[in-house]
Amino acid sequence: MSDAHTPDEHGGELATVGPIADPGLPEHQWRPTDVDPASEKRAERQVAALFGLSAVCVILFLVAYFTLDIGDNWHVIGGFGASNMALGASLGFALLFIGVGIIHWARKLMGDHEMVEMRHSARSTDEDREVTLKALDDGIAESGIGRRPLIRNSLLGALGLVGIAPVVMLRDLGPLPGKKLYSTIWGEGTPDRPMRIVRDGIWTPILASDLEIGDLVNCQPDALFNPERYDIDPTEVEGVNLQIHKSKASLILLRMKPEDIKPGKDANGNSRENWDVNGIVAYSKICTHVGCPISLNERTTHHLLCPCHQSTFDLADSGKVVFGPAGRPLPQLPITVDAEGYLVAQSDFDEPVGPSFWERDYYER
Amino acid sequence: MSVDVSKVATTNGTQPATGAKGPKAAGAIANWADERLGLGTAMKKNLRKVFPDHWSFMLGEIALWSFVVLLLTGVFLTLWFDPSMTEIQYDGSYDPLRGVHMSSAMASTLEISFDVRGGLLMRQMHHWAAMIFIASMMIHMMRVYFTGAFRKPRELNWVIGCLLLLLGTIEGFTGYSLPDDLLSGTGVRAADGFMKASPVVGTYMSFFLFGGEFPGDSIIPRFYAMHILLIPAILLALVAAHMLLLVYHKHTQWPGPGRTEENVVGYPMLPVYAAKAGGFFFIVFGVITLLGGLFSLNAVWKYGPYDPSKVTAGSQPDWYMGWPDGLLRIIPPWETHIWGVTFSWNVIIPILVMPPLMLMVLMALPFIESWVTGDKREHHLLQRPRNAPTRTAIMVALMTFYGLSWAAGGNDIIAIKMDLSINQITYFLRAAVFIGPVIAYIVTKRWCISLQRHDEEKLLHGYESGVLVRSPEGGYAEKHLPLPEGKAYTLTARDDDPKPETVDEVEASGLQGRKLRIRKLRARLQAAFFADNVQKPTAEELHEAQHHAEHELHELESQIAAGPNRHGPSEDH
Repeated sequence: MSDAHTPDEHGGELATVGPIADPGLPEHQWRPTDVDPASEKRAERQVAALFGLSAVCVILFLVAYFTLDIGDNWHVIGGFGASNMALGASLGFALLFIGVGIIHWARKLMGDHEMVEMRHSARSTDEDREVTLKALDDGIAESGIGRRPLIRNSLLGALGLVGIAPVVMLRDLGPLPGKKLYSTIWGEGTPDRPMRIVRDGIWTPILASDLEIGDLVNCQPDALFNPERYDIDPTEVEGVNLQIHKSKASLILLRMKPEDIKPGKDANGNSRENWDVNGIVAYSKICTHVGCPISLNERTTHHLLCPCHQSTFDLADSGKVVFGPAGRPLPQLPITVDAEGYLVAQSDFDEPVGPSFWERDYYER
Repeated sequence: MSVDVSKVATTNGTQPATGAKGPKAAGAIANWADERLGLGTAMKKNLRKVFPDHWSFMLGEIALWSFVVLLLTGVFLTLWFDPSMTEIQYDGSYDPLRGVHMSSAMASTLEISFDVRGGLLMRQMHHWAAMIFIASMMIHMMRVYFTGAFRKPRELNWVIGCLLLLLGTIEGFTGYSLPDDLLSGTGVRAADGFMKASPVVGTYMSFFLFGGEFPGDSIIPRFYAMHILLIPAILLALVAAHMLLLVYHKHTQWPGPGRTEENVVGYPMLPVYAAKAGGFFFIVFGVITLLGGLFSLNAVWKYGPYDPSKVTAGSQPDWYMGWPDGLLRIIPPWETHIWGVTFSWNVIIPILVMPPLMLMVLMALPFIESWVTGDKREHHLLQRPRNAPTRTAIMVALMTFYGLSWAAGGNDIIAIKMDLSINQITYFLRAAVFIGPVIAYIVTKRWCISLQRHDEEKLLHGYESGVLVRSPEGGYAEKHLPLPEGKAYTLTARDDDPKPETVDEVEASGLQGRKLRIRKLRARLQAAFFADNVQKPTAEELHEAQHHAEHELHELESQIAAGPNRHGPSEDH
């Protein structure tokens, strides 16, 4: 059967083989454990010893479980935790010894005669196909689905409509986006009480004079900490709402030499020359690519780098993208100082913050 | 090897050496079960089903067993994990975070890590097993591809395997997002950005998935339901289908003496294969346990709870998400604003187009190859990668693209560790993801053909014996000896490539219009697919070459024997 194409019984053709005649399976080789009772006994002892070692490891596991501390002692042994290391090592070796033991047993002591099994084609035989097709035809004919198009079509219609029900039920997964992505809580300030800019974490307002040239401060709107001051319901800035507000309102303040700033244009084409306070500029911290908070500042160039995908923005030049995948400049927040000299937002951002979305340009602002 | 077989040890006989205890009881149970389940018929062939042996067949087993470890450790974790985003104040054992506000999900993750004995071990094992699961699926897939094991009748099992890889990846992403720590939250935020970039329905998808604006308080419970119920159920069903088809088709085997397209040679399931596979389960389980105990990963307590205003430098997803993340890093800043809508190509191309496209290409490979080659036969013997140079080159090109994209996902780490400019790395990779695969394709194809030529040379002229002989004239030659019969057979036990249809033949076939164009395209692709491949020698060529080699060797030896001085340089010539 070496040279010829071997047609398989169902008309398909199996692959051909080579020009050399198949020498057939090599002769079975006896292993030392097959012919030497001493080495057979040795292998038997080795397998049992491996299983015995596994049992010892389980005992070690139990000892470690009940004696070693967890909790705040997690840093014992090179920061890995004594309990975790001991449990992992003892259980790991317990399992490994069982596995190695079984495989050793299979290799050394179980029969190692190779067996030959004939394959069959994946295809059914012609007789089986015929019988199956006949059964299928009979079944379909008896159902009458072919002869009664009215039933068939109305059933298909009904099934299609029923499919709508579970899809519709997904509607309450969440509210519609509406205009939510177009504004942030920075817009909640009033002319009497403009929204103060506070340091993230310690929530203190910032005097323009607090910042040296080159300083970068991570900031949040004061309303997240002092909602009453802006007539905002405190539950609006708690828990999940706090996270939602932070994910849009997070802000970066950077002070640079006023002469370094190249004022750009706002959304209406007006100059941004009054958007900074003595060289202090405020930009959204949320990257315009996919929304990571941006944090890496290069002091000498006023470039800000996103640690996720390395988009780099020039904060002296209207947040322009100077490198990386982001498609749009960082939104700038126009700022000024209030009566007490604290930095405040003049208004909300004049464009949606964060990553782009389909209908981003839809609403006029 | 002459062996006194009469000494063969007792264990290998078919009769147990000593009478086993209670055969009656076992027989009664078997009878009880068979009368209800019909096990006798069902198991008749399967108990001694033959599985061929090769180390590379173990790769899929690693995936299977790590999946079992995932199920076991995962159930343990569900006993403590609280998939809720309700904000609480942490008061557990981990001092640096005590008093910090965080979600219940994060707090219960910390509880598992610090207040449940063995909890950290299980968490780390679960994560390690997930990474090994996906890695072994991918390597198994490469093995199946490079050896041609995906060919008829196994194409559907290849497709199922691709879906398993996809589901495993989604399962991994939903899983590592659950602790709600700073790193995973950053990943979820990026996923929110991906959804928002989707044309037309982006913001709706985001609002529906998050139950409102990002991050909301629904995403963790929803991911949890997907992670522990929906996706594992589908995974389990597909794994079962994958295994059933494997049993039905019987495993492929390498060609060799006695191993043909019509048979399968190996060890029976009971006892050898069952023991080896079962033992291997314990080895995989044991290795994962050691990794979980000795190698820390995803130390969420160091990252802290998720806060949308914070991020850590060097934020990266798990490794299997690295390649789309890399494309996301090197894509140029393309964004189109037109007719009042926004196309974020800088997200659409790397995330919404490339990964699904890659998956579709992978799933289509068996069908494309069989269409191009016109090969509709069943194949049960594996091919060496060198014997299908174009196929091998295609996958190496895809792997090169994958590898470069993956490297791009670590461009910041590369820049820091190797002291390079991140900008230069990024510019380089933007070009390399296009040029690299082309170079890889050409190099691989030529490399395979060289290896084929080497095989042919060994068949025709024998292998290099390492014995140098010197002729009386002073010429040196290495003695080549014929390959042993089994090896020579194995090298030649492969298909000849079909003779590709020529374009002229297609034109002469009388086809018209579209059909003609398609056939012409196929003829060209076929010619390119098989171009320069080395066919195995015919029986006559082999015979001739052997005859020639014997003659040459004989001549050389007789010259040496007749020479004036066999042991040193000749002085009087």
